[in-house]
Amino acid sequence: MADIPMVAAHHVRLGSNSGQSMTRKDGLAKVTGKANYAADNRPEGLLHAVFAGASIARGRVTSLDTKAALAHPGVVHVMTPDNTSALSQDPDEKTTPFTARIDVLQHDDVRYAGQPIAVVVAETLEAAIEGARLIKAEYDEQPARIGFDDGEAFTPEAVGISTPPKFATGDLEDQRKQAASSVSVVVETPLQYHNAMEPHAVVAAWDGDKLTVDMPNQAIGLAKPSIANYFGIPAENVTLRSPYLGGGFGSKAVLFGPQMLGILAARELKRPVKLALKRDQMFGPVQHRSATRQTVRYDMDADNRLLAFEHRANVSTSSFDNWLDGAANAGLSLYATPAISVAHTGTRFDTGTPGAMRAPGIATGSAVIECAMDMAAEKAGMDPLEFRLLNYAEKDHSNGKPYSAKALRECYETAANAFGWKDRPLKPGQMRDENGMLTGWGMGTSIFHAPFFPAKARAVLRKDGSARAETSGADMGQGAWTALWQMAADGLGMAADDIDFDIGHSDLPDGSVAGGSAHTASAGGALFAAGNDVIRQLAEIATKDSDSPLFGAGNERLIGENGRLFKASDPNVGESYTAILERAGIDEIEGQGRGNRDKASTETYAMFSHGAVFAEVKVDPDLYQVRVSRLVGAFAAGRIINPRLAKSQLTGGMIWGMSFALHEEGVHDKRTGRPLNNDFAGYHIPVLADVPHVEALLVDEDDPHVNDLGVKGVGELGITGTVGAIANAIWHATGVRTGRYPIKIEDLLKGAEALKA
Amino acid sequence: MALRISLNINGTEHGVDLEDPRPTLLDVLRERIGLTGTKKGCDRGQCGACTVLVDGRRVNSCLTLAVSLDGTEITTVEGLADGDTLHPVQAAFIENDGFQCGYCTPGQIMSAVGLLSETGGKASAEAIREGMSGNLCRCGAYAGIQDAVLEAQANIAKAGKS
Amino acid sequence: MNIFDYERPETVADAIKAASKPGASYYAGGTNLLDLMKAGVRTPDSLVDITRLDELQRVEPQKDGSLRIGAMVRNSDLARNALIQKDFPAVAEALLAGASGQLRNAATVGGNLMQQPRCAYFYDPHSACNLHEAGQGCDALEGVNGKHAVLGWTKTCIAVHPSDFCVPLAALGALVEVDGPDGSRQIAIDEFYRLPDASTPPGSALKQGEIITAVTLPSDAKHFAPRARYIKLRDRTSYAFAIVSAAAMLHMGDGRIKDARIAFGGVAAKPWRAREAEDALNGAEAGEAAFRKAADAALADAKPSGDNAHKIELAKRILIRALKAAADGTPATMPDLPGSVFATGKEAR
Repeated sequence: MADIPMVAAHHVRLGSNSGQSMTRKDGLAKVTGKANYAADNRPEGLLHAVFAGASIARGRVTSLDTKAALAHPGVVHVMTPDNTSALSQDPDEKTTPFTARIDVLQHDDVRYAGQPIAVVVAETLEAAIEGARLIKAEYDEQPARIGFDDGEAFTPEAVGISTPPKFATGDLEDQRKQAASSVSVVVETPLQYHNAMEPHAVVAAWDGDKLTVDMPNQAIGLAKPSIANYFGIPAENVTLRSPYLGGGFGSKAVLFGPQMLGILAARELKRPVKLALKRDQMFGPVQHRSATRQTVRYDMDADNRLLAFEHRANVSTSSFDNWLDGAANAGLSLYATPAISVAHTGTRFDTGTPGAMRAPGIATGSAVIECAMDMAAEKAGMDPLEFRLLNYAEKDHSNGKPYSAKALRECYETAANAFGWKDRPLKPGQMRDENGMLTGWGMGTSIFHAPFFPAKARAVLRKDGSARAETSGADMGQGAWTALWQMAADGLGMAADDIDFDIGHSDLPDGSVAGGSAHTASAGGALFAAGNDVIRQLAEIATKDSDSPLFGAGNERLIGENGRLFKASDPNVGESYTAILERAGIDEIEGQGRGNRDKASTETYAMFSHGAVFAEVKVDPDLYQVRVSRLVGAFAAGRIINPRLAKSQLTGGMIWGMSFALHEEGVHDKRTGRPLNNDFAGYHIPVLADVPHVEALLVDEDDPHVNDLGVKGVGELGITGTVGAIANAIWHATGVRTGRYPIKIEDLLKGAEALKA
Repeated sequence: MALRISLNINGTEHGVDLEDPRPTLLDVLRERIGLTGTKKGCDRGQCGACTVLVDGRRVNSCLTLAVSLDGTEITTVEGLADGDTLHPVQAAFIENDGFQCGYCTPGQIMSAVGLLSETGGKASAEAIREGMSGNLCRCGAYAGIQDAVLEAQANIAKAGKS
Repeated sequence: MNIFDYERPETVADAIKAASKPGASYYAGGTNLLDLMKAGVRTPDSLVDITRLDELQRVEPQKDGSLRIGAMVRNSDLARNALIQKDFPAVAEALLAGASGQLRNAATVGGNLMQQPRCAYFYDPHSACNLHEAGQGCDALEGVNGKHAVLGWTKTCIAVHPSDFCVPLAALGALVEVDGPDGSRQIAIDEFYRLPDASTPPGSALKQGEIITAVTLPSDAKHFAPRARYIKLRDRTSYAFAIVSAAAMLHMGDGRIKDARIAFGGVAAKPWRAREAEDALNGAEAGEAAFRKAADAALADAKPSGDNAHKIELAKRILIRALKAAADGTPATMPDLPGSVFATGKEAR
């Protein structure tokens, strides 16, 4: 490596606080292998645990032969329902809406394939893996129910966490009577598995009734008391460390059986235990996105204005829990539709329970809505962008509220210009590239809620001018280590490099869940407020200190910046933080913060991030292999803390949209319920060769209502809109709509043959 | 059948005792030597997170028996930087935001280092996309990964000329 | 993985001796064998490590003009070999269309020939599969089988051979050199694979202890070099197994096809040489009509083994595409997306 120019690490950091495209605070750790993920921990005396999964999807274990496993060199213990102690809390009890029913060897029932039926603990990882393979089970097997035609249908009480499953406004029938035309489309979406690159893992170590857990977790504040409840210990006895998550996408926000089994094993064996899921085990006990069968219908008047929107979604869940993807709620606030009627039904599959997966509900629903919109545009003889602009929602038609801010028009314009969206033929199959490939252009609208969670943070300013800010928050790749640090520094009026910053630990103030695209606003708002609380206290000291140049300025606005407090009216009048503390003889000031969203604002405004995505696809005219040659999106999501990281979140979401449109599908055998493609060779996600050009542009948006800082989220926005944009581009290239995701070569072939016939 | 092997990892000799021949290079690095920078994403050669260099060539350490590598030289992500001085591929990954969660990153970086030595610094963007396709990134950091590898290639070439 | 014995012999003769024991397997690149062992569908009693047998590592031109490729040559090294690139470009393209850079650095010539099917039921130790044990039955028959065989299958097994590399080898009539307890022999690649019959699952001609020592590409195969392509249809742009693939090679003379070579991947339990299609092309003028005729001839006996009738049509179309690409001429340099339908922009040699 003699001729390789090495680069000093500090040269790759630039900028300072909010609004600056700083490189990642955790970047150095991540490119040198020093970032410590849960399964990287190796406490002294560590044992390895691997669970054996059920090979049936429904029934009961009638016998479990553990002899061969126990005889395997290195195996020290096999946990089965017969020898596993009861948890202190019924694992089927839902103590909070976020609690999932989990399988932790408390019974013989099998509810899905891959459910843990035994845990093998060994001195080496190799022995534990082999031990689990050697477990032989016999079953009383019932037929598996997989698919909407096989599963038991029911009427759900809620979708998502607790959203109503039905909603209607306006008079659908009346509007339809006035309609000049309508379009209706039925589309199926498959089971999708989160498949974070880091499989769920736990390293658990007990010291008496005190427990230390290394576990990737998106919601440390929720996890800590929940773990304590399962094991019957006070919450303060649980230390949960999660400094880095190797991706989460929703599946690391709640607790699951396998990780609790690792903790249980450590307790029973009185030694630290590591349990990391194998990749194939990611297709069962740790959630997925519901499969759906959706119908969307739009009715239009003679001027092509939408009159009515109807969305029905049949959504899969498990036989034993009730999470349903809220697909049919995706279009409530999207377009100007005087009458709206949406409703969900549920179908029980013999799979694990689904859960929130990146842009839950919205991704799934908008994948169909955006196709229906392009079909409506086609019927209207209009360009898809013009049609969407014609039906632009100036208010949220589901409740009549104005948007807190909505720069969607600017998104359409910015993205369309960057893409070069003009002179697009209305009819499909009109464009070819220089290599003879069918070329198509499609678009979609992105939308995602802007929720806000009650997060807490703490900031400390010390006499020597150093400072610390902290919250329990989680970085699963969004960039919390960096963006939250920037906000914390702004709150303290200091350069980010001058403050210590910590997240990802249960001893820190509850930073709430990293999910719902709310973390930057919620935890960042709390950190900013904590810093402000420090400055407020500092100002009180200074303005009451007759030796301070700020003495008596208590009624004036003071600003803290670069470690100096000064008058807003005259920046020359002020002094350093250290001078104030030094003189007052105070070692440190501690501030507490909570993010704030005005209650009245919530009642008054509809709050969303928006965006527009344009896709160009190339489709082989004979073989129907598809490549997304360009994806260009523009997004408006309030104040952007770090444009570099925000763009990465958005392009990542757009690639998820590509993955949804073209690749992801969890396939289960209908007879056994077993997943058939439970690995990365079978469960495809895009590779780099699939992504020749993806670009996210940021549109300036000032949202004065969404929260004190005007911050919304970008983590999930990019996937919405993109799925439909790609499907629409494929239609534009081929004239084919396949009626299901992912869009497959054989379905395009079949559709194209049907068109020719 | 107990075995003792010797691996030169990042320039340091490591004697490793194996109780049987099963352990893969990945599990030896992570669980026996404590070099946990190399990640396990699939354990089946399908994701690339475990990529390391064996005698300078990039391979999936999860599909390689450690015993078979007795006497070889291994480079892992921990062995690329020289103290606070980063390899140009590492620096370019930071600069171009070529990662999000960071879990696939050690494999991406080692794969890029291997690829750039295979292509001799003349790879087109398309060839880099193809050549890096054995490394999955679930976060979808592909735009940054592509830019990072291109930038590293250019920087290495620049240094070679000067 | 089960516990196994491990040996690393110094000579081929010692390797054969070690691998002649029942339950022994050769360990080469490990990319397929370890995968199968981790899945629990292969549990060898002992592994014979042949990675350091120098005599298997060489690529050597022979006096008769043929090229002998040692069985332990790694896929990436072979793809970069100047003789392969010059004389057998479709072989290089197929190698580079397979797997990933990392896997190609590990995978070997012999191991690639010995690749096992990717059928999900084969990979699932709980499913019935005659490849687990003859007589178990085949759960793929009534299962998810959209990617399964359309040629040469029986109800014993409908899986396909997943190799890319072996497809141009089949087209070129490569010879597989085998050594074993009963001495060495050469087997035509077409004879090397055994298709399934009414009771026996597919397999190879190798007997216990036999080792692939080399693959030889015949000298007359070189005259295809100006017009030889491998094209592979897949679900993503790279790093995916073929839905169907085709190697097409044309030797032209007097404006007509003098000699054509055709083989398919992803359609049968072996790389499928399509001699009927070759016959249909020999003497014909290169062009759409002849290519279509050849495609129809190649798939004349095809029948779906399940929900995969589309593969018959796609196989015809991939062959036509590969023939057109071959007729256009081998690219002067390897496309940036080897074997891809999106490979573009390269001048012919």
